[in-house]
Amino acid sequence: MTGYIAKRAIESLVVLILVSIIVFCLMRLLPGDPILMLVTRNQQETFSLERIEEIKHQYGLDKPLFIQYFSWVKGISHGDFGKSLIDHTPVLREVTKRIPITLDISAVAFIIGVILGIPAGVLCAVRRSSLLDTIITFLANLGITVPSFWLGFVLVYLFGLKLNWLPVMGYTSPFEDLSLNIKQIIMPVICLAVFPIASTARQTRSSMLEVMKEDYIRTAWSKGLVERLVIIRHGLKNGLIPVVTLLGMSLSMIIGGSVIIETVFNIPGMGRLAASAVSTQDYPYIQCVVFFIAIVVLLMNFLVDMTYAWLDPRIKYE
Amino acid sequence: MVGEPLTYPIESEAAPRVSEFKRFRRVFLGRGVVIFGLVILIIFIILAIFAPLVAPYNPNRQDLNNTLLTPNQTHLLGTDIFGRDTLSRIIFGARTSLLIGLSVVFISSATGMALGLIAGYFGGWTFTIIMRLIDALMTFPMIILALVIASLLGNGMKNVIVALTVSIIPVYTRLMCAQVLSVKQNDYITACRSTGCGYSRLLIIHILPNCLQPFIILITMMLGSVILAEAGLSFLGIGIEPPTAAWGSMINEARPYLFTNPILSLIPGVAIMLVAFSFNMVGDGLRDALDPRLRGTL
Repeated sequence: MTGYIAKRAIESLVVLILVSIIVFCLMRLLPGDPILMLVTRNQQETFSLERIEEIKHQYGLDKPLFIQYFSWVKGISHGDFGKSLIDHTPVLREVTKRIPITLDISAVAFIIGVILGIPAGVLCAVRRSSLLDTIITFLANLGITVPSFWLGFVLVYLFGLKLNWLPVMGYTSPFEDLSLNIKQIIMPVICLAVFPIASTARQTRSSMLEVMKEDYIRTAWSKGLVERLVIIRHGLKNGLIPVVTLLGMSLSMIIGGSVIIETVFNIPGMGRLAASAVSTQDYPYIQCVVFFIAIVVLLMNFLVDMTYAWLDPRIKYE
Repeated sequence: MVGEPLTYPIESEAAPRVSEFKRFRRVFLGRGVVIFGLVILIIFIILAIFAPLVAPYNPNRQDLNNTLLTPNQTHLLGTDIFGRDTLSRIIFGARTSLLIGLSVVFISSATGMALGLIAGYFGGWTFTIIMRLIDALMTFPMIILALVIASLLGNGMKNVIVALTVSIIPVYTRLMCAQVLSVKQNDYITACRSTGCGYSRLLIIHILPNCLQPFIILITMMLGSVILAEAGLSFLGIGIEPPTAAWGSMINEARPYLFTNPILSLIPGVAIMLVAFSFNMVGDGLRDALDPRLRGTL
């Protein structure tokens, strides 16, 4: 197992380096000049050519690209992601303040996705072609195609404006006021969880139907095991492997979706930061947020790989 | 009994020959939802192609005397804050969505498949470099990668297409690479190589056609996802410039009137869902018809 973990860790590290190169290059692909990272549009128009050259020299932008990359990496390893172009505050401080907010909503949505999606899929597979199966499958098919922001507005209209049950926007930390926090995150969490619930249910149903045809399931039945044990211990443990892959992707979808949902519900998390940074073209912010999101997804993929090895020990020896 | 002549033709013993196309058609059209999806798609495609002829009004014509109307006889789906006809904007929005969806899927599948083909066939360093880069691209959530690229390139339909294309290329590359790795093992590939077949011929004539089948399904499914992602981008105000009708931006524009005029937000969302749902259902139907092993499991 140690060898397997080490191998995966090294692979993740390689991907992390590539991710940093992509993030770096993305910002250098700016139409125009990376100088946009340092001066605002207005300043750029008023500055003389010599002044811009001076700034370029000051920030090392006249050096070769790979030297620029290394100094950038050196900066971020010290936590220096640059300063905002709009209010000149250090980017990292603002981003770290917002990470827990996004994490709160995403984690709840993810957990709901798992605890509703997997049982729903199993239920459909073991009661195949029943009315329950038909209904859940239809809802799941609908759930993977509903635009999350639209669902957000429908919920806001129904529960916020018409029935007046839930606050339509804002965020309060659970440590400050737990009940307000729960009320505020119900709707955003539903919007973010619909896709994971639906796709997990679909995938679980499909892979359980495959697994339940296997010989070892017949063996489990014939030795007289109760249905619960056949399904959970023998069926589900094998059927979960493709579901775990999907769960890794779901988390990436949830974090991506938070960009949209945090905008809909006015939640001051990383997602809304990314959306507003994109609309104000505040590049250092975009760079930092994207890099952090990539790290979260990378860590998640690593966990997925570890879960695989636990579910299917053969994977370790490949 | 020996030597007794057969009194009936032997063909009747064998299962009747079914043409592959007939079998495909029977399975494909066997489920109600698939037919529903197909009909919806055909309707939307016709609407998109003939938008200027079908739409009752110019989608960008403002009529400030008739703003925020509820559905009535002259405006079947009502009007927005500028008095523009919602039905006409939905029809022209179909054009935007389908045009972006089809171009993105076409370009990204071609590029992604080519990369996967090369990585899978040549292996070694080529494989490592291409696949690690794909892994790195995969760590960015699709919508975020598209958002960042679109914001860097600036607004415009062409840039949205580029942004979405780059963000879904990895999906095709991964599948193609896996396909090639398994097709490559076949004896007929070794046989080809032993006859001195060059690698371009081997790749294009012998390997590629045998890898294609799962892509028919994936491409149909991806059309739905791309249309959803495009709606998300235009909702955030990235990409399509304002007067052009796009479903996502219609929902965003309707936002301040959610309480007084909820139907304005409702309609574009239903359109997005219908189209994405239809693509997924047609994809499911195609899988049932093309891959009998998986029939009915999803």
